[in-house]
Amino acid sequence: MSEHEQYAEDLALYALNALQGEDRARVDAHLATCAACRLGLEQLRGDTALLALSTAGPRPPQRARQRLLDAISREPRVPQVVQTSPRHSWWGILGWAATAAIVIFALSLWKENSALKTTLSSVSSQSARNARELEELRRIAAPLIAPEAQHITLVSTRTPAQPQGKALYLRSRSSLVFLANNMPPLPPQKAYELWLIPTTGSPIPAGIFKPDAHGSASVVNPPLPSGVEAKAFAITVENEAGASTPTMPIVMIGAGE
Amino acid sequence: MLSPQPQGISADLVLVTGLKSGDQAAMAQLYDRYSSVVYGVALRVLGDTGAAEDVLQEVFLQLWRKPSAFDAARGSLGSWLAVITRNRAIDFLRKRRPETDIEDVVLSVEPDLAGETERSRAAEKVRGVLGSMAPAQRSALEMAYWEGMSHTEIADKTGEPLGTVKTRIRAGLIALRQAFQT
Repeated sequence: MSEHEQYAEDLALYALNALQGEDRARVDAHLATCAACRLGLEQLRGDTALLALSTAGPRPPQRARQRLLDAISREPRVPQVVQTSPRHSWWGILGWAATAAIVIFALSLWKENSALKTTLSSVSSQSARNARELEELRRIAAPLIAPEAQHITLVSTRTPAQPQGKALYLRSRSSLVFLANNMPPLPPQKAYELWLIPTTGSPIPAGIFKPDAHGSASVVNPPLPSGVEAKAFAITVENEAGASTPTMPIVMIGAGE
Repeated sequence: MLSPQPQGISADLVLVTGLKSGDQAAMAQLYDRYSSVVYGVALRVLGDTGAAEDVLQEVFLQLWRKPSAFDAARGSLGSWLAVITRNRAIDFLRKRRPETDIEDVVLSVEPDLAGETERSRAAEKVRGVLGSMAPAQRSALEMAYWEGMSHTEIADKTGEPLGTVKTRIRAGLIALRQAFQT
């Protein structure tokens, strides 16, 4: 009997916490060295969850809901640092490269918009205002997009740089710009994949990327189905060619601000 | 912030992300979604509504305090909660100290049990599989799962050899898995 077969039955018991003492310790020791058995254990644990369904009990009493909500309001969570930062201005949080790309994105939208307006209407105060705003944006953008501009990312001295990403999505144009900083490097055959999580339906592939030597990456205008309402964006690790459904675990996620 | 009735695994992830930001409305949604699973498991194990309610409270409070504990779990939140709840309830039943920390529970991707309809369909399937099992196999599985008996205790109670008990339990879990693989 191969070693794995020998452990296969023990793993089922382990998944049910039905192994005790020495037997359990023996399996623990084996699991520490055997990835295949760890995976087998995960699958068996998942199977045990199905047993939970065989019971169709009564609903919990109404008071239990309020009891929980009261308890959590007494323990307000300090928001953990999530991968996207709500209620901060982009300029302060993101690196220059990211800010530059946002401005370029905005500029390209402005240009398109201005061109449209010019063809549709004759010279008007509206046009003039657009032109002035465009000029202002150009002035702001110049130091950021000029090739000789320096790019520096500042991070807190106390904690190591955290991976962060910003997704800008324009539903009406199915237009997406995604920028990331401090992404951990990946093994050779792997890539990160970005997903648009719609309000209904399965996650939609939204581009594959690998970070450069500095951990920065971007995805600009990947092909997307039109008009999808996005609830969130997420990132998983996939094989280089990408996947059509996300492979768990999700490594980064952010919901709309 | 959240639209009504989002379904599925991705919706659960969005809600858990909300927990990390201290969003109490996200917690309320998760409770509404999964409280019947959690309570049902706890009640079946403990047979006592008060105790089941306490376990219900504890499981969701744990999730509130440590939403990142779910991140490593490669399965649906419903399955993960079912496993956590059953473990806690058994520990309570057998007056054991908790054997596993909630962060250590990792399980593979499961059928999506987020919706009521999916769950009742899945429940019917499970009951069907259990019903067609050999009685000795079903009872070994249920003794281990609902009563938290160890394999030696089951062997003692049934008078069966240890090896037989082990084989029965493993075969039973595989049978359940296969019912969902078609």
